[in-house]
Amino acid sequence: MNHALLFSVFVVASCGLAYELIAGALSSYLLGDSITQFSTVIGCYLFAMGIGSWLSRYVERNLVARFIQIELMVGVLGGFSAAGLFFIFVWFSSPFKLALYLAVFGIGVLVGLEIPLIMRILKRDLAFKDLVSQVLTFDYLGALAVSILFPLLLVPHLGLVRSGLLFGLLNVLVALWALWLFREQLQHAGWLRAQGLFSMLVLAAGFAAAGHFTSLAEAHLYADEIVHAESTPYQRIVITRWKDDLRLHLNNNLQFSSRDEYRYHEALVHPGLSTLPGARRVLVLGGGDGLAIREILKYPQIESVTLVDLDPAMTQLFSTAPQLRVLNVDALASPKVKVVNADALLWLENNDDVFDFVVVDFPDPSNFAIGKLYSAAFYRLLEKHLNAGALAVIQSTSPLYARQSFWCVVTTLESVGLVTTPYHALVPSFGEWGFVLAGRRAYQPPAAYTVDTRFLTPEITPTLFQFPKDMARVDAEVNRLNNQVLVRYFEREWRQVIR
Amino acid sequence: MDRREFLASTLAFGATSLTGCANPSVPPLPPGALYGASLDLGHRLREPNFPLPSETRHVPVAIVGAGIGGLAAGWKLAKTGFADFLMVELEAEAGGNSRAGRNSVSAYPWGAHYLPLPTREATAVRELLAELGVLQGDPRASQPRYDERYLCSTPQERLYRNGMWQEGVLPQAGVSAAEREQYRRFYALMEAFKLRRDQDGRRAFALPMALSSRAPDLLALDTLTMRDWLLEQHLDSPHLHWYVDYACRDDFGTGVGSVSAWAGIYYFASRNGEALDAASDTVLTAPDGNAWLARGMAQSITKRVGDRLLSGALAFRVADTGKQIEVDLWLASEQRTLRLVADQLIWAAPLFLLPHVLVGHEALKAAACSYSYAPWLVANLTLSRFPEDRTGAPPAWDNVLYSGPGLGYVVATHQQMRQRPAATVFTYYRALNEMTPQQGRKLLLETPREDWAERILSELERPHPDIRQVTTRLDVFRNGHAMVRPLPGMLWGDARERFANDGVRIRFAHADASGFSLFEEAQYRGVLAAERTLRRLGVKFKSSLV
Repeated sequence: MNHALLFSVFVVASCGLAYELIAGALSSYLLGDSITQFSTVIGCYLFAMGIGSWLSRYVERNLVARFIQIELMVGVLGGFSAAGLFFIFVWFSSPFKLALYLAVFGIGVLVGLEIPLIMRILKRDLAFKDLVSQVLTFDYLGALAVSILFPLLLVPHLGLVRSGLLFGLLNVLVALWALWLFREQLQHAGWLRAQGLFSMLVLAAGFAAAGHFTSLAEAHLYADEIVHAESTPYQRIVITRWKDDLRLHLNNNLQFSSRDEYRYHEALVHPGLSTLPGARRVLVLGGGDGLAIREILKYPQIESVTLVDLDPAMTQLFSTAPQLRVLNVDALASPKVKVVNADALLWLENNDDVFDFVVVDFPDPSNFAIGKLYSAAFYRLLEKHLNAGALAVIQSTSPLYARQSFWCVVTTLESVGLVTTPYHALVPSFGEWGFVLAGRRAYQPPAAYTVDTRFLTPEITPTLFQFPKDMARVDAEVNRLNNQVLVRYFEREWRQVIR
Repeated sequence: MDRREFLASTLAFGATSLTGCANPSVPPLPPGALYGASLDLGHRLREPNFPLPSETRHVPVAIVGAGIGGLAAGWKLAKTGFADFLMVELEAEAGGNSRAGRNSVSAYPWGAHYLPLPTREATAVRELLAELGVLQGDPRASQPRYDERYLCSTPQERLYRNGMWQEGVLPQAGVSAAEREQYRRFYALMEAFKLRRDQDGRRAFALPMALSSRAPDLLALDTLTMRDWLLEQHLDSPHLHWYVDYACRDDFGTGVGSVSAWAGIYYFASRNGEALDAASDTVLTAPDGNAWLARGMAQSITKRVGDRLLSGALAFRVADTGKQIEVDLWLASEQRTLRLVADQLIWAAPLFLLPHVLVGHEALKAAACSYSYAPWLVANLTLSRFPEDRTGAPPAWDNVLYSGPGLGYVVATHQQMRQRPAATVFTYYRALNEMTPQQGRKLLLETPREDWAERILSELERPHPDIRQVTTRLDVFRNGHAMVRPLPGMLWGDARERFANDGVRIRFAHADASGFSLFEEAQYRGVLAAERTLRRLGVKFKSSLV
């Protein structure tokens, strides 16, 4: 029996440290400044343990039953600490710190009670020097085990919420075990057993539901209702709706808002395409949402549009979901449109087709894989697919927030011998946004638009091509595969914006 | 595996049984094959009992060995319009250490896998790159433009250390200010060596090494090990020592404690090539490593003078008759001996073979016996997709594991023009430098492929937990004499000089004549031997080396 109790010391100590680490890690995740978070959490916790130890003198009778109840309380409170704190942070962010320190304090007091009680239970059978030596040995061993498992195994594989619940279950198991060990000495054992089983049930249910919890929390990251969410091998696609505003997010980055996407897509397509009355064949790279194609199909002379998008889930979604088909006017179902799900680089390299107009609508160059799609090598490849009088238009991030990135795209296009015409438009949900037209000869903005537009007029068109002082050209290196300067510019500039 | 990881893995095991989670069954080892230099054929040289020649053929110039040195010799002869030569090669195909394999996913190297931007003095390398269209414009320009498909894409290299990846191979995170100061001082010393020239204008450390300064204080660096030199400079940072050791193992198959200081400094101070369209530390690479360079020279030869390669032929006896050279070849596929009678011989095979083959020339043989060779292991892992990755810097071309037994791996699909390849091939390198070369060769001979596969997978499992799940094939290539070891005294000693010198009928065109198994050195020796041969034969040519 003594060995069993010593083993429970090991488990209890593990759980105690685990709650402390979970609270520290959670507050560092959510509030940042990990040194402050860990210091204050550990300080508060140790202090609370001291109070718990002091309070243990007031537990005089029914030591075992009290120990069991404390275990159950620690198990439930500690087990749900991560989940509860996360909920509080997401839903009512203001009292988070108060809740954090209250939880830490409460768990600390309870954990502080545990070891003195166990020592007193064991005192009946052990000499003092053995008692202290054995109990403290297992106490510290338990702490060691968790301190190593926590970063290596638990956080990466289970996450904070489920790790917390797992340790809660361990506490409850210790309680149930003690119940069984001391079954003959306990009064009201049945009542205690019912409490224990109930605690275990609650924790197990929490553990099973932890997956749902994460998605609930994600739902709260987006202010609006999530109408569609899926993870594909390439990205996480989330569509939200608030009243009539549909929004597409890829990897948590806003791609469009249905309220003002017409500004973006008109600006992307019409300045170029409306100067090409002879255009018949159009290529769209990226842009699986079909919104650019909606604008392209307004020109009756267009005979074919080839859409190359990496992710089949995107093109599938935008050709089947009713609300999205309304938004893109079922553009992807048009007999003129051919959808190809392929890597744009690979497709351009293995295909000989040439086009009169090309829309390059990739996500912003936030990583090296996407950075390749803005490289000189890519534009050299793109150039081979342009007819003599053809134009390509490239979405080029914001010339205001990412000024050097924008002009880096221009410089890179010029480095492969293309004539560029940069311009910009205001898209309220994005801010000031930039585009670059590229071709083999000089470009003249259109004097009139032959298609319906909501944003563009011939009068405002010249202003798109004027860059105010804060967006004026700056020097930038050519973005090459062997330097990927654009990704570095982009990272630096957006970091400054977010900060 | 260090102590910390050992502890972590035992605990991890304990924890999985503790929580009652089923230990996910470890997938069986992936299939694969064990390749190697033609051991059985090569080892027959130990007790040569080949039949007498069934045929004698006269050829003005014989080239034994069709690695980079032999191919470069043939390339120079062919470019001069000289067609009367024959290259003989033991293996089934030319290329030597620059051979490659290919499967449905990608081509991949079996050895050398990159070429630094060529220096100004590597004129023959530049000439070749210009011929292959990779160097564009004037091949002698100080900053030529290179075809970007061959310039290594960003990110070029990263290091896995303390559970995360960092950019670059020099350890950064958690390195003390004092150690960083040593980094800075080390680079300043290397920069000074890079810039230093003697009265004749020769660089302190030139690439090819033959063009280096002979200043006594520089040559004296060949009398101590790189580690001793670092300590002499009061450079004792453990991270810096790891880094320099890594560099020496990577290029010379020999650690910092054994390699000559001249060689160690040469690694850092000789490469000063520049490009118009890339930073100077960029390297030229391709999915098949350096095989494109070997293939380029072979195709250049065939285009100019036709096929001049006899493969699967073991040269087992070379005799200088005083007028001509007899080269007896065992043609394994035909089970007969062919005697070549050549006016001139270019020996472009590794020098350790020479004592087994050459009749007479005792001084040369004794010199060859002083050479030491590093055993290597290369493995190609075919992966169904990129494995899961630990946090930090994204996948690079060269991915190094700190303090690992291996040198890390190179991603064969890195240069592919695509956003993110699905399947890929990792080429894993390991120099067996932690034991004597003899022990290393014994280990290579005795260890089955499955053992290597297990060791490699468990090493790569650290940064890539699911590597076993995604590896569909794991082929291993063992090379007992992969490269010459530039030990102290070897580079500027008499033995090597003998092979660098011109001869009457025999000259040497292998990287061993430089003491470094590097493309630039092998190609320089090949072109030099070809030019010396042409001069001896009275054939007019335009030198590639001035």
